[in-house]
Amino acid sequence: MTKNIITCLILLINSVAFSQDTTLLKQLEDSMPQQLHQDVSAGTFKATQIINTPTVESPGKNGLQFLIMHRFGRINEGAYALWGLDNATIRFGLDYGISNRFSIGVGRSSLDKTYDGSFKWKMLQQTKGRMPLTASLYGLMTYTTLKYDDKPYLTSKHRIAYVTQLLMARKFSSRLSFQLSPSWIHFNLVPTPEDQNDLFALGIGGRMKITKRTSFNAEYNYLPTGQISSTIVHHSVSFGFDIETGGHVFQLVFTNSEGMIGPYYLAKTSGSWGDGDIFFGFNISRAFSFKKR
Amino acid sequence: MKNLALLLLLFLYNESGAQTFLTRNGFIGFYSKTPLEDIRAENKQTYGMIDATKKNIAFTLLVKGFTFQKQLMQTHFNENYAESDRYPKANFVGTYSGDVDVSKNGIYPVVVKGQLTFHGVTKDLEVPASIEVQDEALIGKSEFKLIPADFDIEIPSIVREKIAQQMDVRVNVKCNKIK
Repeated sequence: MTKNIITCLILLINSVAFSQDTTLLKQLEDSMPQQLHQDVSAGTFKATQIINTPTVESPGKNGLQFLIMHRFGRINEGAYALWGLDNATIRFGLDYGISNRFSIGVGRSSLDKTYDGSFKWKMLQQTKGRMPLTASLYGLMTYTTLKYDDKPYLTSKHRIAYVTQLLMARKFSSRLSFQLSPSWIHFNLVPTPEDQNDLFALGIGGRMKITKRTSFNAEYNYLPTGQISSTIVHHSVSFGFDIETGGHVFQLVFTNSEGMIGPYYLAKTSGSWGDGDIFFGFNISRAFSFKKR
Repeated sequence: MKNLALLLLLFLYNESGAQTFLTRNGFIGFYSKTPLEDIRAENKQTYGMIDATKKNIAFTLLVKGFTFQKQLMQTHFNENYAESDRYPKANFVGTYSGDVDVSKNGIYPVVVKGQLTFHGVTKDLEVPASIEVQDEALIGKSEFKLIPADFDIEIPSIVREKIAQQMDVRVNVKCNKIK
């Protein structure tokens, strides 16, 4: 009797276990390890720069990015200069991804006819349950080639400046990302002995996605006072709007910094939002890929 | 008590006797071809199971496991189209019709019917496929087309020219018998 009951029971269990199609799926999902794909957060930012500050993002392996950064003149120049639209400064940049974590770049700004070279190394990558943030090290060297008739002593070593930034970003949700960027700027030559050759600044920035392909960005670079005394320098405050379309990212920006590379926006921001020294402009990037198919 | 042990043994035997085949590295790829751009996305870590006695089939994969030929495409796929943070998995549950003799090597044409879930949308799917019996393994292959819009995936007009209206999907899984 007991035998029969047990047989029936087993039969019942067997039939229950296979009565649903989804059982197979459940079995499959149970056998799938949790860590199959470490959940790496990709796309912390859309572009390689928030507005002026570089982001933790860089072109992927064998990816080439052509970047045009453009700033019109000051809005407070008024109607005569069409609110700044008569003037412009521009920077062209090329960035190439040697690996998914390391990229190099060159650029040229019209402001002081400056050339720059840079690298970006993604040291840490935000991973669910393992790493709370993405961190990239960014190094930039700039070389101004503007000729001065009255400053014949300006040899090449006087024209060089360096910026080192530790970019630490966290993607809080698919829409919201923040980045903290402590920066160290070194000028080989400063205008007066009272000015520091080594300056430190702290940048904070972020993005908030509005739709899947657009986002609102803001950044603030705080330069502790007392480091520059020969000129009045303001903190760099910028707002931007990203529009992403396939391989392009368009950024419409408003900023009080005219320059678009580290030494300029961090330590030479002469404009003040309060006085209307606002530069309208845009960044346009185009990504190319050289990966073999 | 002895009987119980015997029954249990029988039960276990039955379990292993169920003709179940499993893979942890199945291949599923989708392809889009337009004059402007070719897109190739491939996932080589698809989990698949075939129950040859019940003729049941199930697949599951992690959407983030699709690799593209361009890093940027992969980011856009996960961020803008598949929203893999919200919908990390895609799966298929179904059955196949057609006779497959697992004891005899050969290629058997079948029709697979079931439900495909991707991007949080479940759709009925019926596609021709083949099951090849190769000793202790079953090799399932299929090619069919899927329409992104069916799965609530919007393609903005600006990239419309670069992404095909239909994706060619290729499945190739080699499931080994569970012993």
